[in-house]
Amino acid sequence: MTSFWSLWISFITLAVIFGCLILVVRTRRSEVYKETTTETMHHSFDGIEELDNPLPRWWFNMFIITVVFSVVYLFLYPGLGSYKGYLNWTSYNQWEEEMAHAEEHYQPVFAQYSHLAIEDIANNDTARLMGQRMFNNNCAVCHGQGGVGAYGFPNLADNDWLYGGDGATIKATLLYGRKGAMPPWLDILGEDGVRNVTSYVLSLSGQEVNAQAAAQGQTTYQAMCVACHGSEGKGNLTLGAPNLTDNIWLYGGSFEQIAHTIRQGRNGVMPSHGELLSEDKINLISGYVYSLSN
Amino acid sequence: MSETTPETYNYKVVRQFAIMTVVWGIIGMSVGVLIAAQLVWPALNFDTAWFSFGRLRPLHTNIVIFAFGGCALFSTSYYVVQRTCQVRLFAEPLVKFTFWGWQAVIVLAAITLPMGLTTSKEYAELEWPIDILLGLVWISYAIVFLGTVAKRKTSHIYVGNWFYMAFIITVAILHIVNSAAIPVTLTKSYSAYAGTVDAMVQWWYGHNAVGFFLTAGFLGIMYYFVPKQAERPIFSYRLSVVHFWALIATYMWAGGHHLHYSALPDWTQSVGMVMSLILLAPSWGGMINGMMTLSGAWHKLRTDPILRFLVVSLSFYGMSTFEGPMMAIKTVNALSHNTDWTIGHVHSGALGWVAMISIGAVYHMIPKVFGKSAMYSTKLINTHFWLATVGVVLYIAAMWVNGILQGLMWRAVNQDGTLTYSFVESLEASHFGYVVRVIGGAFFLSGMLVMAYNIWQTVRSEETEPALAPSAV
Repeated sequence: MTSFWSLWISFITLAVIFGCLILVVRTRRSEVYKETTTETMHHSFDGIEELDNPLPRWWFNMFIITVVFSVVYLFLYPGLGSYKGYLNWTSYNQWEEEMAHAEEHYQPVFAQYSHLAIEDIANNDTARLMGQRMFNNNCAVCHGQGGVGAYGFPNLADNDWLYGGDGATIKATLLYGRKGAMPPWLDILGEDGVRNVTSYVLSLSGQEVNAQAAAQGQTTYQAMCVACHGSEGKGNLTLGAPNLTDNIWLYGGSFEQIAHTIRQGRNGVMPSHGELLSEDKINLISGYVYSLSN
Repeated sequence: MSETTPETYNYKVVRQFAIMTVVWGIIGMSVGVLIAAQLVWPALNFDTAWFSFGRLRPLHTNIVIFAFGGCALFSTSYYVVQRTCQVRLFAEPLVKFTFWGWQAVIVLAAITLPMGLTTSKEYAELEWPIDILLGLVWISYAIVFLGTVAKRKTSHIYVGNWFYMAFIITVAILHIVNSAAIPVTLTKSYSAYAGTVDAMVQWWYGHNAVGFFLTAGFLGIMYYFVPKQAERPIFSYRLSVVHFWALIATYMWAGGHHLHYSALPDWTQSVGMVMSLILLAPSWGGMINGMMTLSGAWHKLRTDPILRFLVVSLSFYGMSTFEGPMMAIKTVNALSHNTDWTIGHVHSGALGWVAMISIGAVYHMIPKVFGKSAMYSTKLINTHFWLATVGVVLYIAAMWVNGILQGLMWRAVNQDGTLTYSFVESLEASHFGYVVRVIGGAFFLSGMLVMAYNIWQTVRSEETEPALAPSAV
């Protein structure tokens, strides 16, 4: 802030505060009657008159107290332009102090489990409960309480994994995040091609489909989709390509929903939590997630 | 009729706005009860976009603040300024434009908000073409009101009119500055400000919409209707001078308290907080002046439910203007921010103060502007009074409990520093309060229906009294 703006802010802030003070004190001094009166101001508006009563004492005192408090506050805390305040307080400092305090107190609590494997955390009641609490506050907004998932957000309790369900993989998912990209195929396959592949994909999980369409779809599938989803449609954990044979669908399993997925593609994002939560905390959450299906 | 002869007051526009106050009140509060019910039974969103909470909530706030509150302000200010200045309204065509223009703004809001057309600025959601119409109506209102005051036959300007003038002029400035935007299409624009500056401009507007629209304007109502209904002189002229100037000077600064612990610079937050605290005394000046005006007339409360409306509204005004400065203190705000406490605070002001003083004023005015000797039924006014009071108390008590509960649950931590409760657990705990809120809102709304019936019976009754001409000063 330039010194002009700093001075300007200080000036008008204090002008308003002291202006109020002068107004109330001068009105006090000019009072004709010191006690409650029936004397009026001698004007009448539509029959309404106004009495010349003094300012109530308690009200006057309350006004003065708030003004004094404000002046003291503006001396102690930042407020008058670039003046930092006597206490040198900033909201950023306060945040840093509170974070440092939390780090000091709670870091050891989490660290005591850092030597455990994710699978062992899942079997430790205290550690798993801590993981569950953090899951509820950080993960449940998408994955639901108990990790049951929602449309577009994987179910974490069904032991069907896009990237793998061993402890180390779950931890890696939490630490670094994941990006699942299904490309859009409409321009390449055309609408008929999309619908044929859809029929074939549905047939992979044993559903009744138009056999002719599925047969045509199979040819396309073996050329275009096999690279990620595999020749048997079992998916690929390395790429996060879903298994198409287990009738578990992230974006819905109806013909139209699957056709939409193939036509337009999908972009699933699991955000990385490595910078939001410490690794010790992520260990505990991973343990809880692991416990949901094991 | 009074509007045909130039020597008499223009009561036609007062009647129009008074009736629309009740109509919009019923509509706006019905939407309020509906969205409160949606929070209890989410199925009431019916899986449609336009009927969902997110679209109906701004509709509710716009209709109750600008349609219900706005019509109450227009009707009472036109009534008060004529009677206290002893002249007919200035600029007849503009008077008509303010009525029809204002109704058009409200209807456009009621169409565009459920469609999802919004600037996303709270209490300033309307898109730019409607903003322009609103601006034109408001400037016309200013011309009419200030013009009428200018040609007054009294030597002084009555205190009620100071408040109305401050409200009209400031709302014009707030609306124009905060609504500044770059239009992209007819229904889409981008704010002229960016980032934190945009947030600060928005809450400078937002808090002064409370300060000038919902406080100064309604103090204008208070300063006429309380002494008139109580038939007592105003307690202290000096107090009105001091609290008027202090109120309008400090309100301007208070908006920063909406952005505590945000990206807003620390100095702006501090200034917002201290000005909000100083605001306590000026706000209470109005309450004291209203309450003390009743000294010597307290017995009238036993028989006059209109006066009861006015007095109880002042109590709620005093309570919420104490609560406001307290909530503006950073450490209190750290608990109350984003909880239902804020919603309770707003409604103790909006239902307890704004709605109840408007209702009292409309009951006072209706017989006078329709040329009747009194309201059809005093008993029904009393029924309305109790429905409204019970409704407000249920509503704000439920929100206080919910708000403090949420604030405490959100900050509770376990031994290991993890949060004790997830968000959804605080939501589950709030369920009972949400049910009580629906009941409270339904009470308040049913009172409005009783009022509509009572006014309907008053207006259609055969009995008439001659309209009053301005008397010499």
